Amino acid sequence: MSITYLEAIREAQAKLLRDDERVFIYGQDVGGTFGGAFKATKGLAKEFPGRVLNTPISEDAMVGTAIGAAIEGMRPIVEMQFADFSSIALNQILNNAGTHYWRTNVPVPITVRLPSGGTKGSGPFHSQSMESIYAHYPGLIVMTPATVEDAYTMLIEAVAIDDPVVYCEHKYLYYHLKADKLPTEGVPTGRARVAREGRDLTIVSYSAMVHEALAVAEQLAGEGFEIEVVDLRSVKPLDTNTVLASVARTGRLLCVGESFPWGGVTAEVTARVAAEGFHLLDAAPQRLNAKDTPIPYHPHLWSAHRPNAKEIARKARALLRE
Amino acid sequence: MLQTAQRQSKTKKPAPPHERFLEAFRWMLLTRTLEEKLVSLYRGGLISGGVYIGKGQEAVSAACGLFLQKGDIFAPLIRDQAGRSAFGEPLLDVTRTYLGSRQGPMRGRDGNIHRGRPQDNQLAMVSHLGAMISVTVGALMAKRFKGEKDFIGLACIGEGGMQTGAFHEGMNIAAVEQVPLVIVATNNHYAYSTPNDREFACHDLVDRAVGYGFEGYSVDGTDLGACLEVIGGAVKRARAGRPPQLVVASVLRLSGHGEHDDASYVTEEIKREPFARDCLKVAEQTIVDLNLVDAKTLTEWRKEAAAKVDEAIATAQKEAPPDGNKEDWCAVSNRDLVDSPE
Repeated sequence: MSITYLEAIREAQAKLLRDDERVFIYGQDVGGTFGGAFKATKGLAKEFPGRVLNTPISEDAMVGTAIGAAIEGMRPIVEMQFADFSSIALNQILNNAGTHYWRTNVPVPITVRLPSGGTKGSGPFHSQSMESIYAHYPGLIVMTPATVEDAYTMLIEAVAIDDPVVYCEHKYLYYHLKADKLPTEGVPTGRARVAREGRDLTIVSYSAMVHEALAVAEQLAGEGFEIEVVDLRSVKPLDTNTVLASVARTGRLLCVGESFPWGGVTAEVTARVAAEGFHLLDAAPQRLNAKDTPIPYHPHLWSAHRPNAKEIARKARALLRE
Repeated sequence: MLQTAQRQSKTKKPAPPHERFLEAFRWMLLTRTLEEKLVSLYRGGLISGGVYIGKGQEAVSAACGLFLQKGDIFAPLIRDQAGRSAFGEPLLDVTRTYLGSRQGPMRGRDGNIHRGRPQDNQLAMVSHLGAMISVTVGALMAKRFKGEKDFIGLACIGEGGMQTGAFHEGMNIAAVEQVPLVIVATNNHYAYSTPNDREFACHDLVDRAVGYGFEGYSVDGTDLGACLEVIGGAVKRARAGRPPQLVVASVLRLSGHGEHDDASYVTEEIKREPFARDCLKVAEQTIVDLNLVDAKTLTEWRKEAAAKVDEAIATAQKEAPPDGNKEDWCAVSNRDLVDSPE
């Protein structure tokens, strides 16, 4: 048996609906016989009548409704059809959910699923990675699973967490990534994972870019370099300790993310390593992101816009020479 | 008008119409007394941030709070002190929040009219108008999921907030979900300084009700008896399972947007409109005309209100303010998931 990243997300939701009557799923096209634009809720509306509900195209109200339900004791999961459209719900996520516990002492246990990242031909409004924006604001947990196992266990954990969770699932991994079986236990959120051990350079990444980094590590192994790859798993909280421990072993840092280059997760990681681990570094820390333009439509442009294995390898080689 | 005011409440003994009118009047009086005092404290430099009062809107607001029962959801907005008090908010919550006591519900973390007690069904508004409509819808859906019975939600908004996208999405989703919701929209004729003609271009805001799948009603917000009748009726219909209800009340805001604002843009012409009457004076005149209580009783009520307000202020003033060194500076409830960048 093999299970994809997308199926793991569906299975996690099925388990949550089965095990916890407080859970319901709220989003565009998630219900009926359709099961969502990507089929992440396929069959769930039939299996769990009245708990997998289609919504109008109203991202603000979808999240607002989830907030109200969570305050009243439910555990809603909101599916954004694409991460990009969550910009319409920014106010509810940042200003309502994100401030609520701080202001009132009442936590808001919502999970907002964001189908994130680029795929060929999707263009500027169906390809965005929003994790850096959500991580910037207080009061939110931001998950970025890179494996089938994490996609499953982290979604289950997201719903269990009393605070609002933005769960960034990568569309590129939906069908490409497979595992033999689903795990029964996961690594807790807030702890990064060393995806590959090495001693010459640390590549810190998350979500789909972990797999590009692993491909580069494999390629550079043929050139005699041992690259360590750290998968952050959640960008907030950010496991600075695991990153620093890795940099202590390798002396070099390259941080790779798919979102835009101004600020963001890679800048945060680099800043923390520079501030807390300056003495560990043998070379200036480097970062690689998508380009500072909207995300292009054409596959030729798209594959050059995001960091790819070729570009990561070029940057890694330059850093290894220093 | 008075004799048709709605009776309700399974938890409280139904009040005869005149008693309900007098009860509402006393909440209005308490609110006016409290807010006048808050304004003096603000002018005296004793309140940080702003003071936002509901002068001229107390009749509408009191009627909102008065018809809600235990278990109902209330989403008050900026000018709803009368409704908050009638719904059960202690005066100390108000004075502690305005005066920055760390014992208040917001503990100095948020101020003035943003306070709430979500655990007691009084939602804590955000400044982004319209956002609380869908939150109220969600709270009602949760109650339905949990199998609770005989609950409604009431959310307040102004004509300014009615022009936001969030309001539109909230109204639409309320009707789609068919939750027992009453929206009370008070048109006080100014969004901060902007008059109605730059806010919307429809003939009458209540016409929007049908477009959303709501039932819509209009009311003269300066007439307490009418407010009790119309808002009470909407609450009763929502409780009986009718579609969501929209009540549009017409008043004039008898203050600035906040106390920092002298409202010099309010025209003399609009001040002569019938909706510019002071609802508290109108209600008091009704009490006198119908001889519902004597002058001595009215004087006693005034004194009582002043004493309650003074006590709440004195208590809050004695309490310690929050301390930045003692704050935990933690915006998530799960301490294992705190990110520590520094």
